[in-house]
Amino acid sequence: MDKLSTIDELSMRIDVPDFRPGDTVNVHVKVVEGNRSRIQQFKGVVIRRQGSGVRETFTVRKVSFSVGVERTFPLHTPIIEKIEVVTRGDVRRAKLYYLRDLRGKKAKIKEKREAVAGH
Amino acid sequence: MGKQIKGVLGEKLGMTQVWDENNRVIPVTVVKAGPCVVTQIRKQEIDGYEAVQIAYGAVKPTKVNKPEAGHFAKAGVTPRRYTVEIRTTDAAEYALGQEITAEAFASGQIVDVSGTSKGHGFAGVMKRHNFKGLGAGHGVQRKHRSPGSIGACATPGRVFKGVRMAGRMGSARVTVQNLTVQAVDAEKGLILVKGAIPGPNGGLVLVKTSVKKGA
Repeated sequence: MDKLSTIDELSMRIDVPDFRPGDTVNVHVKVVEGNRSRIQQFKGVVIRRQGSGVRETFTVRKVSFSVGVERTFPLHTPIIEKIEVVTRGDVRRAKLYYLRDLRGKKAKIKEKREAVAGH
Repeated sequence: MGKQIKGVLGEKLGMTQVWDENNRVIPVTVVKAGPCVVTQIRKQEIDGYEAVQIAYGAVKPTKVNKPEAGHFAKAGVTPRRYTVEIRTTDAAEYALGQEITAEAFASGQIVDVSGTSKGHGFAGVMKRHNFKGLGAGHGVQRKHRSPGSIGACATPGRVFKGVRMAGRMGSARVTVQNLTVQAVDAEKGLILVKGAIPGPNGGLVLVKTSVKKGA
């Protein structure tokens, strides 16, 4: 895939923040309605990151009016205005599908405590 | 015929994806096209048809035999590995030794792409002709991927010609028609064609103006 890296680099974003499954992110999505465009926010927990390079995607899950909503975005898609990392989560899995079966307090992810120097 | 066909030889680099102006994902195949040179021009009065012969690819000068070396010397170019002829009505407008690059095509143009498909060796009917095979259970014994019946009994008493069976698959010349050129990178000599094209990465492909669509 080395031969294509120069082409892929053109489609890739450089402003993607570092985030992992378990983190809570606020995705600002550009929505085009007719000829107007506005920014819609989608805030939730990242339950997976999948793929690599230009075709990497991530899935954000949120519970909206007690209905679970999942949205998968290509990581480098131009429709994302920006990705804000709200909190870092402390999880032990790369894919957090178990959250789908949990609700309420059990579906809460512990916040990651930053590593203290000297420990 | 009666169409001005442009063509360029190149190497298939592989597939990737790009975003279009509506921010949708477009699957593209990247072709490193050219540079090709014109090595011969076929004329109606001499050859009975009009075509332009183009050549592409580096080759060791020691590997070129005398007749080939002479052919390239006549056009005044260094020997190349591959040559193809492209039938076109405007063959007379080409000059010997003229270079053809990816710039022959523009974004949005419709093209046909030919290549040699990947070889699959001796393949069964399920892989080769998309047969369904027999059942996995219900008493089927050791026949799960077999074709089933290949004809009737005493009438006609033979198997008809052309019945699809197992055999060599792939390694054939395949043309995919009516593909759109997504983008052209003239600097690097790359053509981004929307969709898949035949052959393995690194395989030789011929990108031509579409015979069916476009001006």
